Amino acid sequence: MTFWLLLTVNSITFGSLLFLLAAGFSLIFGLMRIPNLTHGSLFMLGAYFGATFVGGMLGMMFNFWVAAVMAALLVAAFGAVIERLLLRRLPGQQMAQVLVTLGISFIVADFCLMVWGGDPVAVATPDTLVGSVRLGPMIFPIYRIAVIGIAVVVAIALWLLLDRTRLGAMIRAGVDDPDMARVVGIRVSRLFTIVFALGAGIAAFAGVIGGPILTVYPGLDQYMLPLALVVVILGGSGSLLGSVVGSLIIGVLYNFGQALLPELAYFVLFLPMVLVLLLRPQGLFGRFIP
Amino acid sequence: MSRKLTRRTFMTATAAGAAAATFKFPTPAIAQAAPFKLGLLTVKTGPLAQGGIQMEQGVLTWLKLHGNKMAGRKVEFISADTGGKPAGTKTKAQELIERDKVDVILGPLAAFELLAISDYIREHKTPTLSLAGADDITQRKPNPYFLRPSATSSQAMHVMGHYTAKEMGKKKAICIDYDFAFGYEQQGGFQAAFEKDGGCVANKLWVPLGTPDYTPYLAQMTGIDVLCQGFAGSGPLAFMKQYANIGLKFPVVTGETGGDDALLHAFGDEALGMMSTCPYTLDLDTDANKKFAQAMFKNFKVVPGFYAAGLYINCDVVEAALKASGGTTHDKEKFMAALKAVKLKDTPRGPISFDHLGNVVGNFYVRRIEKAKNPYGLKLWNKTVKTYENVSQFWTWPEKEFLAHPVYSRNYPPLKKC
Repeated sequence: MTFWLLLTVNSITFGSLLFLLAAGFSLIFGLMRIPNLTHGSLFMLGAYFGATFVGGMLGMMFNFWVAAVMAALLVAAFGAVIERLLLRRLPGQQMAQVLVTLGISFIVADFCLMVWGGDPVAVATPDTLVGSVRLGPMIFPIYRIAVIGIAVVVAIALWLLLDRTRLGAMIRAGVDDPDMARVVGIRVSRLFTIVFALGAGIAAFAGVIGGPILTVYPGLDQYMLPLALVVVILGGSGSLLGSVVGSLIIGVLYNFGQALLPELAYFVLFLPMVLVLLLRPQGLFGRFIP
Repeated sequence: MSRKLTRRTFMTATAAGAAAATFKFPTPAIAQAAPFKLGLLTVKTGPLAQGGIQMEQGVLTWLKLHGNKMAGRKVEFISADTGGKPAGTKTKAQELIERDKVDVILGPLAAFELLAISDYIREHKTPTLSLAGADDITQRKPNPYFLRPSATSSQAMHVMGHYTAKEMGKKKAICIDYDFAFGYEQQGGFQAAFEKDGGCVANKLWVPLGTPDYTPYLAQMTGIDVLCQGFAGSGPLAFMKQYANIGLKFPVVTGETGGDDALLHAFGDEALGMMSTCPYTLDLDTDANKKFAQAMFKNFKVVPGFYAAGLYINCDVVEAALKASGGTTHDKEKFMAALKAVKLKDTPRGPISFDHLGNVVGNFYVRRIEKAKNPYGLKLWNKTVKTYENVSQFWTWPEKEFLAHPVYSRNYPPLKKC
């Protein structure tokens, strides 16, 4: 009983974390048609920044939430720079863009190794969320439940942004038909910078939020990237609902797959991706076929 | 460090050759004039980077303390990053042997890396000293060009299994480890020794390397009185944190990587009380160890753990063999014999010698993580509670009997009903 309950709750927690990771990826993929292979690195970079701010830097210790926002802003700025200086110069050249983002991910990995070394870095859990709660027969850490709440808040904020604001309408127009959007006077190229920065910022935020659970270590980027990829392919790129559903499905498959069929854990995780690509290439809720 | 043939080295070499031709120098003099080439295969990227970087720091510390000389010969040190992948290890080993023509290879780090190059180093007769596990390379399929001054994957776990059953009085365990050779061999060793002394392993769980969330495995920990983990690098940190968060309180025991001294600064209170067995311990109160640990701390602002100490001791062993062989490695068989004959009284891990298969016989330390005063200002400290002297890779089994069993694997020893 405890076993099933624990796995179920953890599936939702892990799904929430995956949502935070994948939401930005989905936006970037949806609007710019770039499978952004730096996404795992931006997640890791955010986590390292967060760990540094929380752990104390230049004699100043930052509150966990302040640190998360600062890390998100820093990495968002980095994302804007990548878009402006590199991706902008390769419009429509998907292969070149994939290679550039892959290259940047290696550079970021080496940068992190240089700055933070190979030692794993723990991010302290925010004081108010330390400890565990009893849920029926099991004990579950409060922080992991809080992650679900954070993901819900971010999902609602993104939904409001995309659905209720002018910027959101322009982004949706850009996702659906970039050429037509240009014709009606939307500056799609500026939108690209905004979306790339936003996606990078959310990834970094996710990194800080994930920090207390996962700890940060070299290689975290390469572990998280395929998870983001599988969520977005499953849910459909450019779709917020797709990211939510995709991450929950992957959260469940990840947890139950590893616990029940450890030998086949990756098979269970990536089989739905293969099926979706074959049968419904735009993903469950996708707006276009990549 | 220059690997290229510069004009100057070319001139020197030519001059030396001409001189040798003219004056007929005794050959060892020429051998000693050339630098001794020491290659290192390590991992500086990915989840194993923590240990890999310590390996390099261990070698650099040794070289610095010895004026960059080994048995009187200048050392040319070439470090290569394998990326922690068998294919990368093979490529880098080829570069070191065929391009750089190294005299000795130190490393690689991981058991699966060593397995990938074992045949290759044997073909090229390159003496290799590593801390990688891969038990069979000094057991059922011995490689005559391989020497392991650290420990087999199972060597420390034999001790841990015995201690857990006899001294801690535990009866029923679950083992959790990585899904590769090092994990299988560690937990096989734990299970064999633990069950020999009356314990029983209820289940062994295998986790992919780099797993970020251990909760799906933790959900299965019930009905036991002790847990044995064998993670390495960043693994122990995330694992112990998640273990404590979920309210589990069984005592945790581990091997040399899971309780590595180099991780002490990153562990939090969740690691208090964890028991580990290691062939090296930072709290060993000898001059050799203090000299090494203080130099590490001074050079790199970190305390050494198992990986740094392992490579530092590798250097001690190479130097001792080089002295014994008159400073030359040209006769590979003779040099290997000299390596295996090395007996050192005073390394940072205490006295060591080798068995006829090239594996270390030495001390193993059972430690507990405590809050204790220490010279490095760490919050947590591994305190040695028991020392086992002269432990061989066969533990207390006779060699013949031990080697008659298959190597520890995913399914060996098989699980019994507990």
